[in-house]
Amino acid sequence: MTPSAVRQAAARAARPRRGPPGFSGLPARPLLIAAGVLAVVAAGVLFPVAFPSPVATTYGFDTLIFVACASAWNLFSGYSGYLSLGHAVFFGSGVYAVAVGAQDWHLTGTGVFGLLPLAAAVGGGIAIPLGLVALRVRRHTFVVITIAFFFIFQLMAFNLAFTGGTSGLVAPILNWSGATYNNPFYYAALLLAGATVAVSWLIRRARFGLHLRAIRDDEDRARGLGVPALRVKLAAFVVSGAITGLAGGLWYYFIGAAAPQSAFDPLFDLSLALMAFFGGLGTVAGPVLGALVLEPAQQWLTARFTSNYLSEILLGVLFLVVIIFMPRGVLPTASERLARWRAAWRRRREPGAETRP
Amino acid sequence: MASQIYPAIADGILVGGVYALMAVGLTLIFGVLDIINVAQGILVVIGGYLSYVLSVHLHIDLFLGLLITVPVMFGLGLVIHTVVIRPLRGSERTSMSLLACFAVAIIGEGVLYAVFGADVVTLHASYTQSSFQIAGYYITDIYLYCFLLALALVAVIYLLLYRTRFGRSVRATMQDPVAARLVGININRVAALTFGLGVAVTAAGGMAFGATSGGFNPNSGYDLISRLLAIVILGGLGSIGGALVAAVFMITLESVVDIWSPSWAVAVFYVALVVVLTVRPAGLFGRAAVRAQ
Repeated sequence: MTPSAVRQAAARAARPRRGPPGFSGLPARPLLIAAGVLAVVAAGVLFPVAFPSPVATTYGFDTLIFVACASAWNLFSGYSGYLSLGHAVFFGSGVYAVAVGAQDWHLTGTGVFGLLPLAAAVGGGIAIPLGLVALRVRRHTFVVITIAFFFIFQLMAFNLAFTGGTSGLVAPILNWSGATYNNPFYYAALLLAGATVAVSWLIRRARFGLHLRAIRDDEDRARGLGVPALRVKLAAFVVSGAITGLAGGLWYYFIGAAAPQSAFDPLFDLSLALMAFFGGLGTVAGPVLGALVLEPAQQWLTARFTSNYLSEILLGVLFLVVIIFMPRGVLPTASERLARWRAAWRRRREPGAETRP
Repeated sequence: MASQIYPAIADGILVGGVYALMAVGLTLIFGVLDIINVAQGILVVIGGYLSYVLSVHLHIDLFLGLLITVPVMFGLGLVIHTVVIRPLRGSERTSMSLLACFAVAIIGEGVLYAVFGADVVTLHASYTQSSFQIAGYYITDIYLYCFLLALALVAVIYLLLYRTRFGRSVRATMQDPVAARLVGININRVAALTFGLGVAVTAAGGMAFGATSGGFNPNSGYDLISRLLAIVILGGLGSIGGALVAAVFMITLESVVDIWSPSWAVAVFYVALVVVLTVRPAGLFGRAAVRAQ
């Protein structure tokens, strides 16, 4: 190998991979990734066994709900580049779909869980008209329209008769024992989170995901190359909305009550975006990592400082730090560093081959 | 009914002027920096609290206090631009800046809660309660004063943009940043000053908002920013005239709907926004280019 060829090879290795990062943004290592996924799944399954206290499982449940919602957000916003700050619309609609259904059909006990598909259907169904309006505009205007939808829905939750207004609705009581009350919820959330990540991964691998990313990179060109842009965007929006609605329905039973402020929470929208950005926007593992780190951190901060304000300030500061110093998220930034280190290491191992330029 | 509608229209136009001032700041920032400053709402509230502190603790008149609060907010705008906006680079800059401004808004809200608590605060002066009669209807003095203030400040901004060298470089940057740079305009300076200017108007906007609304607390930022966003998008992003027209039109409409249904009046904004964007994706006065990615 001539020195120049080696130098080229080293430069190739050192160069950060162009284009959108893959599963995690890390170089593809199927075995390593499989092992990592298995470890995370095992940790998720064993968590309530290791930490059976209701406090711990409550944290776990909340975190898993956010893993699901952040992944659902990412499979639309992260892949397509259309930032939605109105996903609480789907979450809240799922909450109210189940709440109103359980109340009107007088469901009690575990029977209420039969309504969860309804939550998904409502979340996905609402996404169709909203998407048809919002997906006609791009960039800032799209973001603002999703915010507008959010406020319309919050206003409706406050003012429509069937939502119970400001006081909201109360879920049917489940007569499960207190010690293990959280566990079924926890495993349901784990299932939902796992399924969402799997869907996100499948979409990314498929032509569908390729279409979405083509739209993100250059929508006009993608359209010119034959991508049915509106249909693709709308499909992703609906899938994302359905999952978020389902998560809302499950969350409603766990919390036991629906109120306009908590079901349609502006901080929810922001948290999803923050989690996806934190881990790595548009990657499969990024939102999972973001949710696993940020949701417990936020819960802990709120519990630790009792005042919401301090945790709010810290959340904002953390957000800024991530955006400014790791604009592509933790995983892609880490992968770049790793690639650079590996190249440097390789260069050191073959000192003779490398002549300094 | 007419006895209610005419005062509602008058109030709507007067308050609409105040919103127009805040919206002009927002749309200017968008035009030059290509970002939407979603922190504008909380900045207005901060401006309101500054006026509150000055009038309650130092007994400085609300309008005189602006001589202090406007430069302070201008400085705050420069700081935000330097610390948060300027470091953002790369292809994701647009979406990142939006989230960064959101983060600023959250921090601002948290700080306000920590300092002032959640209690609703109102701005008082001798002229906030008094009113005068015109054609048989009563109009509160402060509404007229704030409208005149907003009018004066919008006129100042207009003159600044269309009669000064700085204004010419701002407009050049709005039209084409690359070409502006090629002819020797210091884009970074223009961006920083524009951001400062856009934030500075929130000092006046906050005072006027605090004096004309029923009161405010740190949570008012959400309400404000959602209205302002609806206004600037309706008017067409980056269009100053559009922002003025949309502000007066929307606030008047809200004020009139409020007669029948106070709880649904706010919805008028978003419904109008959705309807207009369905028909005209670039807004009423927007350029088609706004749509391009």
